[in-house]
Amino acid sequence: MNRFLPRVLLAPAVATLFLWMIVPLVMTIYFSLIRYNLLQPEQTGFVGLENFEYFLTDPSFSVAVMNTLLLLGSVILITVIGGVLLALLVDNPFPGRGVVRILLISPFFVMPTVNALLWKHMMMNPIYGVLAQVWLFFGATPVDWLTDWPLLSVIIIVSWQWLPFATLIFITALQSMDREQLEASRMDGANYLQQLRYLYIPHLGRSVAVVVMIEMIFLLSVFAEIYTTTSGGPGDASTNVAFLIFKQALLNFDAGVASAGALFAVVLANIAAVFLIRMVGKNLDK
Amino acid sequence: MNHAHFNLLTHSLRTLSAWVITLVLFFPLGWLVLTSFKTELQAISVPPLMIFSPTLENFAIVQERSDYLLYAKNSLITSVLSTILGLMLAFPAAYSMAFFKGKYTKDILMWMLSTKMMPAVGALVPIYVLAQTAGLLDSRTALVIVFTLSNLPIMVWMLYSYLKDIPNEILEASRMDGATLWQEFRMVLLPLTLGGLASTGLLCLVLSWNEAFWSLNLSAAKAGTLATLIASYSSPEGLFWAKLSAASFMAIAPIVVFGWFSQKQLVQGLTFGAVK
Repeated sequence: MNRFLPRVLLAPAVATLFLWMIVPLVMTIYFSLIRYNLLQPEQTGFVGLENFEYFLTDPSFSVAVMNTLLLLGSVILITVIGGVLLALLVDNPFPGRGVVRILLISPFFVMPTVNALLWKHMMMNPIYGVLAQVWLFFGATPVDWLTDWPLLSVIIIVSWQWLPFATLIFITALQSMDREQLEASRMDGANYLQQLRYLYIPHLGRSVAVVVMIEMIFLLSVFAEIYTTTSGGPGDASTNVAFLIFKQALLNFDAGVASAGALFAVVLANIAAVFLIRMVGKNLDK
Repeated sequence: MNHAHFNLLTHSLRTLSAWVITLVLFFPLGWLVLTSFKTELQAISVPPLMIFSPTLENFAIVQERSDYLLYAKNSLITSVLSTILGLMLAFPAAYSMAFFKGKYTKDILMWMLSTKMMPAVGALVPIYVLAQTAGLLDSRTALVIVFTLSNLPIMVWMLYSYLKDIPNEILEASRMDGATLWQEFRMVLLPLTLGGLASTGLLCLVLSWNEAFWSLNLSAAKAGTLATLIASYSSPEGLFWAKLSAASFMAIAPIVVFGWFSQKQLVQGLTFGAVK
């Protein structure tokens, strides 16, 4: 076996991935510095940082950043806390545990557009939706979710999809718990709360960090759920940075400004990525 | 109350709450399935109908009106092709890194992981412009390329983690016996990694099938996948929940079942082996 073979085998994957990374990046940087409207391709010219200025001073921008952080923070909070509780709840054997597990994780495999429309129409419709019926049943006035609470609605929809993911990761992590240690602690008279505090929570720490980072990467650019439900509205009420970039690019056709925004999104995502990569890297040395 | 009774009580309470919470969380999905068998009038009845005589007419109407099968075909072709293409690119790379570890193997793996961290929206404008220039907007080719590349890091990682557990001695023994590279792959590696290949492929199938960002932005009526078909039901005019549900049910059923079988791989693939 000659020593070039490993490189030949590795080359196609590395080359394509490199192109996939570098070409869009270089183009984005270039577009962000020129005047570039998809509808008026004849208008060109270097504009320096004008696109950045336009994107960053757009009143929609600060709203979008706030919405992105709110969406990210709430979904992470809901899924991590909910996921840990659910995983602990189904950790011990009970009748129908296998079925419960399958039902619990199913929403994660539902494509985002189905998830979004299912909630938009059948759950959150203010007249015929199931939630409206539940509200009426308890004598409350039904809520027009997507109009009155657009961001909260998106948070609920996205959380419903990602809670199963977090739960699945935590269930997997709990399976590697040292059962003998648990048994020993019980023999020594530790109650469930003490076991939680000293055994379960420390054991889960690492997977919590992983879930937080992975969700950060995916949820920073939530798109389909917003596109199919509120279209970012009313106004900018449920527009996040990803959707704002989409609006600039394919609704306003301003590729220059959209590219400036895209670079901002890349920087945002890299902050999360650096930590995840470090952690996975440490794991690789073992 | 003695200790045994107390334990029984907490056990029953836990079982009960696990079931109640699970059913509440699963309810929207179950409701979708129920609604797909209702007539449009039953679908919006107040109070909601639990018991009704099921009909299959929605499934037929969905096919007739919005050409469900075309979108299903697009979804199937793009996800299967991108999975095959991805495996073809990823397997040699994973093999090379697992058995010929070099100075830069770890760096290459980390770099691959980092490309997955790029938000898709960051590449929206360039990819859109490139597809437009190449005349590939609304084509399955563009979707296959994009799906393949965005899944490639995960595939390399998963295959790498399977391959690195195979002892090098087995491969060396086969080489001693004069096996060519192809024979080594065909007779030794393939049987040993079939499970890994299958689960990597399965995960990519799930991810590509459900992919929505690129499908929504790069495809429409011609190459649109099921994700785009469903998104077209977003408009507020008219009530068509039964049909929406039928279309959705058909779009998610195969992949949800696939998902059940690939849970474990999903955890490994999506966390890049950080949670086992």
